[in-house]
Amino acid sequence: MDFLRDPIGFVIQWYVGWLAGLGLPAVWVDVIAKLTGALVLATGAMLFVVFLIWYERKLIGRIQDRFGPNRVGPWGLLQPVADMLKIFTKEYITPIGADKFAYNLAPILAVAAVLLLWSVLPLSMTVVGTDLNVGLLFLIAVGGLGEMSYILAGWGSNNKYALLGAFRLVAQLISYEVPLVLSALVPVMLAGTLSVTGIVEAQEGVWFIVVAPAAALIFFIASIAEIGRSPFDLIEAESELVAGYNIEYSGLKFGMFFVAEFLHAFTVSLIFATVFLGGWRGPGAEEIPILGFVYLMLKTFVVYFVTILFRGTLPRFRIDQMMNLNWKVLTPLSLALIMAMAIAGGLTRDLPIFWQVMAFVLVNLLLLALTDQIMKIARRKKAKVNLAIGTGQPILTSSTKHGTGE
Amino acid sequence: MNGLQAVFLLAALVSLFSAAMVVSARRMMHAALWLVLTLMGVAVIFVTLQSSFFAVVQILVYVGAIAILIIFSVMLTRRVMEDHGDQILPGWRGAALVVVLLFAVLVGFLALWQGFTALLVELPPEADNLLELGKALVSPQGYVLPFELASVLLVAALIGAITIAVDRKEERGG
Amino acid sequence: MIPLAWYLVFSAALFCIGLFGALARKNAVAILMGIELMLNAVNVNLIAFWHYHAQVRSAPYVHGLAFTTMVFVVAAAEVAVGLALIISAYRRRQTPVVDELTLLKG
Repeated sequence: MDFLRDPIGFVIQWYVGWLAGLGLPAVWVDVIAKLTGALVLATGAMLFVVFLIWYERKLIGRIQDRFGPNRVGPWGLLQPVADMLKIFTKEYITPIGADKFAYNLAPILAVAAVLLLWSVLPLSMTVVGTDLNVGLLFLIAVGGLGEMSYILAGWGSNNKYALLGAFRLVAQLISYEVPLVLSALVPVMLAGTLSVTGIVEAQEGVWFIVVAPAAALIFFIASIAEIGRSPFDLIEAESELVAGYNIEYSGLKFGMFFVAEFLHAFTVSLIFATVFLGGWRGPGAEEIPILGFVYLMLKTFVVYFVTILFRGTLPRFRIDQMMNLNWKVLTPLSLALIMAMAIAGGLTRDLPIFWQVMAFVLVNLLLLALTDQIMKIARRKKAKVNLAIGTGQPILTSSTKHGTGE
Repeated sequence: MNGLQAVFLLAALVSLFSAAMVVSARRMMHAALWLVLTLMGVAVIFVTLQSSFFAVVQILVYVGAIAILIIFSVMLTRRVMEDHGDQILPGWRGAALVVVLLFAVLVGFLALWQGFTALLVELPPEADNLLELGKALVSPQGYVLPFELASVLLVAALIGAITIAVDRKEERGG
Repeated sequence: MIPLAWYLVFSAALFCIGLFGALARKNAVAILMGIELMLNAVNVNLIAFWHYHAQVRSAPYVHGLAFTTMVFVVAAAEVAVGLALIISAYRRRQTPVVDELTLLKG
C-alpha cells in the first residue's frame, strides 16, 4: 500500500536503507544516495527531452496546418529517436582557429546549467533534490552559468556571426534577468522564505498566480525571454545572424545545445508551475504523494503548452522593441509592484486572509491597468511623431515608391 | 583530513591557480575566463563557510553580471583579434616584490593573533539566517544608513556609467 | 572543521595576486580584474570572521554578513563605472593600455 501511494519515495527509502545495510558510514551513504539521485534525475530529464521535442513539433505542426512528424513509430513518436541516432553519427567539425577548450566546454556547460535547476525543485511532497534555504536565488544564479556557456560558444567558435549572436543573446538574457528577479521577489515576499519548498508550502490555501497575477505575468514573459523562444528568438534571426551562437557546432555538440534549449523551456515552465501554480499541491496530494507529481506535471504541461502557442503564433520582436519592453515596461512595473505589494501587505496585516488576498489582487490589477494606459498614451504620441515625419518629407516616400516600382 | 577540508583545499587551489592565470594570461579573453573560474572557487569557499546565501549571490552578481560585463568590455576594447606584445608593465619585478612582502607581513601579523589557529566548527542551521540579515540591513539600530547610502551609490554609479559610456553622435566627428 | 588560518592565508594570497594584477598589468580591463580579485579576498575574510564570531558567541551574528553585502554593492558599482570609463577612454584614444593614456602629460 505504501508503495502504491508513494513509489518514488518508497524506492528512495529502500535504496538508502539498503546502502546503510551494506555497512557503509553514514556520510558515504548520503553521498552515494545523492549521486545516484542526481544521475537518475539527469538521465531521466535528458531522455524526457526526446518526448518534448516530439510534443512540440507535433503541436507546431498542428498550428501550421501540417501533420508534424508521422513516419517513424506510432504517431511519429520515434522521430526524435531517429534524429538522435542521426546526430550521433555525424562528424565533429572544429573550426580553424577555434579556442578548443572554450569550444568544447560550452555545450556541456549549457546542459549542466539547465540540469542544475532540477536539483532544488520539489517534484512531490517527498521527492526533492535538496531543500536549499536560498533555492529561488539559486534558480536565477544558475542562469548565469548558461550565459557563460553562450559566451564561450560564441568566443570559441572563432566566427564573428557566432560572436555577435552570443552577444545579442547574452544582452537579452542579462536584461530580462532584472524583471525576472524582481517579479520572483513577490512570491518570496508572500511566502516569507527563499526556499522553493517553503514557497510551495505557502501556497496551501491559494496559488500565487491568483494573489499576484501581475507578478506571474512578468515572470512568465521574462522567462520566455530567458529561454530565447519566440517572440524573443532574436538570436535565430537568420537574415541577420545566420543562426546565432551555435552555427559552428555540429554533431552531438550541436545536439547538446538543442537538448539544453528544449529542456530549459520545459524547466522554466516547471519553475513557473512551482512558484506560481502551487507546485505539487492539489486535492489529495499530501496523502498520496505520487498524485502531487502528476499534478505538477499537468500544470507544467499547461504552461509549456502556452509557451508553444506563443512560439507558433506570435511574430518576432525587433531588438529595440524587446529592449524597450524590458526597460521601459517590465522593470518599472515590477519595481512598482514590489512596493505596492509591500504596502498593501503592511496595511492589511491584521485583516482576515480573504481581505488580504483581495487587496493584493486589487493592487495587481490596478497596476496592470495603469501600465496599459501609459503604454497606450506613449504609443499614441509616437504615432503622432511618425505621422509628422511622414508628411514632412513627401519626396523621400515618393522616390522610394518609384524605386521599388522599377 | 575529512571531506570538508578536502573540498576546501581543492577549491582554494583551483581558485589560486586560476587567479594566477588571471594576472598572467596574455590574451585578455582567457584572463576573463580564468576570472570566472576563480569566482566560482570563491563561491565554493563560501559554501564551506556555511554561507549559502553569499555563495549564490557570488554566482549571481560576480559570474552572472560582473564577469560578463568584463568579457563584454574585453571584446569592445580589442584593437586587433589577438592581444600582441607584453601584457605586463616593465616594473613588474618591483610589484612582485611588494606583493610577496605584503603577503609575508599579512600572514606574519595574523599568525601573532591567538585566534589564528582556531578551528571553525559547524554552526547551527539558524546561524545562516537571512531574516536577521534583512532586518539588520533596514533597522535604524542596524545598517539602514549604510544600506541607503549603498543604494544611492549604486544608482549614481549606474547613471554615471550610462552617461560616460553613451556614444554621443556629435562627438564622433572629432 | 577547517582551521581559520587556512581561510586567512587563502584570502591573503588571493589579495596579493589581485594586487599584483592591479600593479603590473598593462591593460585597464586586467587591472579591473585584479581589483575584483582583491575585493573577493576581502569577502572571504569577512565571511570567515563572521563564522568565527558566530561560533565564539554561539548566537546569530549578522554584522559580517552586512559588511559583505556592502562590499558586493560597491564591487558592482565600481565595475560598472570602471568599465564605462575604460570604454569611453578607448573610444577617444583607441587603446585600453594604461601606459598609452598620456593626455595629461603635456
